[in-house]
Amino acid sequence: MARLRKDFTVPLLKNGKITEDAFTRVTGETDFPSTGALIVDLTSWQEHRSELLGRADPIGIELAAGESPSEIADDLGNLSLVALDFPAFSDGRAFSSARLLRERYHFKGEVRAVGDVLLEQLHFMSRVGFDSFVLDSEDPVQEWLIAQDDLNLWYQPTEDGRITVRQKRRG
Amino acid sequence: MYQYDEYDQDFVEQRARQFSRQVERRISGELTEDQFKPLRLMNGLYLQLHAYMLRINVPYGCLSSAQMRKLGHVARLYDKSYGHLTTRQNMQLNWIRLTDMPQILLELASVEMHGIQSSGNCIRNITADEYAGVAADEVEDPRIYCEFLRQWSSLHPEFSFLPRKFKFAVTGSPNDRAAVKAHDIGLRLYRNDQGEVGFEVFVGGGLGRTPFIGKLIRDFLPTEHLLSYCEAILRVYNQLGRRDNKYKARIKVLVHETGEEAFRELVEKEWEAIRDGTLSLPEEDVALIRARFAPPKYEDLEDDTPSLESQRAENPGFNDWMDQQLAEHKQAGYTIVNISCTPIGKPPGDISSEQMESVADLAETYSFGEMRVTHNQNLVFTDVRKKDLFSLWQDLVKVELATPNHGLISDTICCPGLDYCALANARSIPLAEKISTAFADQERQKEIGEIYINMSGCINACGHHHVGNIGILGVDKKNTELYQLMLGGSAKEDASLGKILGPGFDEDGVVTAIEKLIDIYLDLRKDGETFLETHRRLGDGPFKERLYSAPS
Repeated sequence: MARLRKDFTVPLLKNGKITEDAFTRVTGETDFPSTGALIVDLTSWQEHRSELLGRADPIGIELAAGESPSEIADDLGNLSLVALDFPAFSDGRAFSSARLLRERYHFKGEVRAVGDVLLEQLHFMSRVGFDSFVLDSEDPVQEWLIAQDDLNLWYQPTEDGRITVRQKRRG
Repeated sequence: MYQYDEYDQDFVEQRARQFSRQVERRISGELTEDQFKPLRLMNGLYLQLHAYMLRINVPYGCLSSAQMRKLGHVARLYDKSYGHLTTRQNMQLNWIRLTDMPQILLELASVEMHGIQSSGNCIRNITADEYAGVAADEVEDPRIYCEFLRQWSSLHPEFSFLPRKFKFAVTGSPNDRAAVKAHDIGLRLYRNDQGEVGFEVFVGGGLGRTPFIGKLIRDFLPTEHLLSYCEAILRVYNQLGRRDNKYKARIKVLVHETGEEAFRELVEKEWEAIRDGTLSLPEEDVALIRARFAPPKYEDLEDDTPSLESQRAENPGFNDWMDQQLAEHKQAGYTIVNISCTPIGKPPGDISSEQMESVADLAETYSFGEMRVTHNQNLVFTDVRKKDLFSLWQDLVKVELATPNHGLISDTICCPGLDYCALANARSIPLAEKISTAFADQERQKEIGEIYINMSGCINACGHHHVGNIGILGVDKKNTELYQLMLGGSAKEDASLGKILGPGFDEDGVVTAIEKLIDIYLDLRKDGETFLETHRRLGDGPFKERLYSAPS
C-alpha cells in the first residue's frame, strides 16, 4: 500500500502524470533563497509575509491539520499552491480544508496532499479538490489509475465536475 | 420499500469487487494485517475474540423477504447457521472466514446488501422508527429522508475519516421509537403551526463512556435543507472534533466542550454559506424517492374484525400474543405485528437460518414481503391483515417466534458481550437468558407491565444500558465479572439517563437484585404507573434503600 510522503524528492503526481516538482519546501527558516518556487509553513508566512511577497517566484503555503484555510483566505490570490498535511491517514481534517479552498474561496492553484495517506484515499482526495500528490510508490501512475477506477458513481456533489447519481436520475 | 435502481446496484457491485481485490491481496500476503485493517473495517469486517465478524447493513431497518432469505442462506453456508440482530437494526454474522468474504459480498450484493460503513470512523447505517411508513401516529414517512441520508453518506469524500463514528436516527412520529436523542444526530419530523413539515435537529446525544442526551440545535429545519444542514454539522465536526483521545472524539464531547450556543452558531454560519447550493432537495427529487416508497396495494377492509374475539377466547396463547405484539396501523383492517427474537432463556436477537427463511416466507404470505429489524433486536411485520392474525400466530408458533413479550421485562436489549466481543469486560448474553427465565411467567410479566432492561458487557454501551428503565453494566473487578445497576433511563421522547445505583452484584446476585427492584416497584406504584413513572416520582431513594438493606 503506497503512502504519500512529505519527502518531496519522490515523484510528484499531478493530474495523473509524473511531474517535476518546481517547489522547494522550507520550514522554520528565515533565510529564504532569492529565487525559485517555495513552500513555507503558516508561521513563516505570517512572520515574513512582505518579504515573501516581494520575491518574484511562485509561493505556496503548507497548512498543518487543524490550521484552517480561513487563515490564508485573503492571501490566496498571491499563492500558487496550498499543501495540506495528513499527520495520519485516519486524520481527515484536510478533506474539509481542500473543499473549503476550492468551493468557499475559489482557489484555482495547486492543492497538494502531503503526509501519511492511504492509496485508497486518492479517489476521495481527487473529489474534494486535491490535484497533486507525492506518492511513495514504484508505479504512481498505475496506482492513480487503479484509484480512479475504484468507483465511477458518486452520490455527493462536490465541485470536481463529476455528474452525481441524483443528476443522472433527473436525466 | 426502496429498491435499488441501476445506479445503486452498480455502486454496491463496484465496491464488492474492490473489497474482493483487497481481500485477495491480504490472503496472498501482499497486505499485512495492519494495512488491511482499515480496509476491512470500511466494509464492516471486524476481527473479534474468536473469528471475523461481518456486520451487514439493514438500511433504516427495512428488509425484504428476498434479503432475509439470502441472509439465512449466507449464515448457513458461511457461518454457524444463525445471525444476530443488533441495536443498530443490522445483522451480524459471528463466525466468518476471510477466504469466503469475496463470495459472501457477491451474494449480498445480489440482494442489494453490503457492509459498507457498518464500522469505521464514518457515517454509519442510518436508523429509523421501525414502524416508519405505516404507523397510525406518524406525521410523515421518515424513510424518504433516511434514503437521502443513506445516499449522501455513502462513501462521502469529505467525511470518511471523521474523528470517530457517527450515527443518525430519524423518526416521523411524536412517539420516539428510534431513540433520536441518543444519537450523534437525531431528527424528528413534525408539522409546525403553519402546516409545514420539517425537522427538529438534535446533536450530540450518545451513550458509551460519556453519555449525553442530544441537544436541540434547530427547532425547525425545512426538509429541503436536510442534506446541507447535516453537511454543515459534519464539516464543523470534521474540523474541530477532538482527535487526541478516541474516548473524547465523538461529537457529543465537541458540543459539550464548545457549549450548545457556540456550537449552534458554528453550524449556522457554515450552513449559511452552503444552504442554497447543490445539496438542496427540490420537490421533484423528493417526489422521485417518495414514489419508491409507495404503499403496497392495501385491500379495502373493515377495521373491525369480529373473528378475532372467538379466536382469542379459544386460544389463551393467541390471546397473550395479541395483547402484547400489535401496534396501530394507519390503514383500516391492517395491523403492525412485532415478532420477538428474544425468547425466554435464549440470547436476545439471535435468529437461526431456518427461522430467517421461515420469516421470509411468512412475510411474503402476510406482509407484502417486507419486514423491519428493530433497535430492540426484534422483527416487525409492517402490513398484516387483522383477519390473518390467528393464522400468522399459528405459523410463528411452529418456528418459535411467537413469544408474547414485546415491551415486557423478558424482552431485554443485550450486547454480544464477552462471549464474542474483543472489547467486553463481562458476559451479557447469559445474564439476559437468566433474567428472562426468572421472569418467564406471563401473568407476572403482564402484572409488571411495560419496562425496558438494557445491558452492556462494557462501558462502550452497545446494549444502551444508560437508557434502560433498568440498565445493567458489566465490569471486570479483579478478574470477576460484576454487574452494576442503574435506574430511570429512557430512550424515548422523554429521554433520560440512569445513574449507577450502588455497589455491583455477581451474575446470580444481579438477577436477585432485579427481582427485588421489581417487588419494590410493585409495592410502591400507584394505579397504572409503569416502572419508569414510579421511579420518576420517587427517585432512586426508596429503591436503593430497600435493595441494599439487610436481606429481608
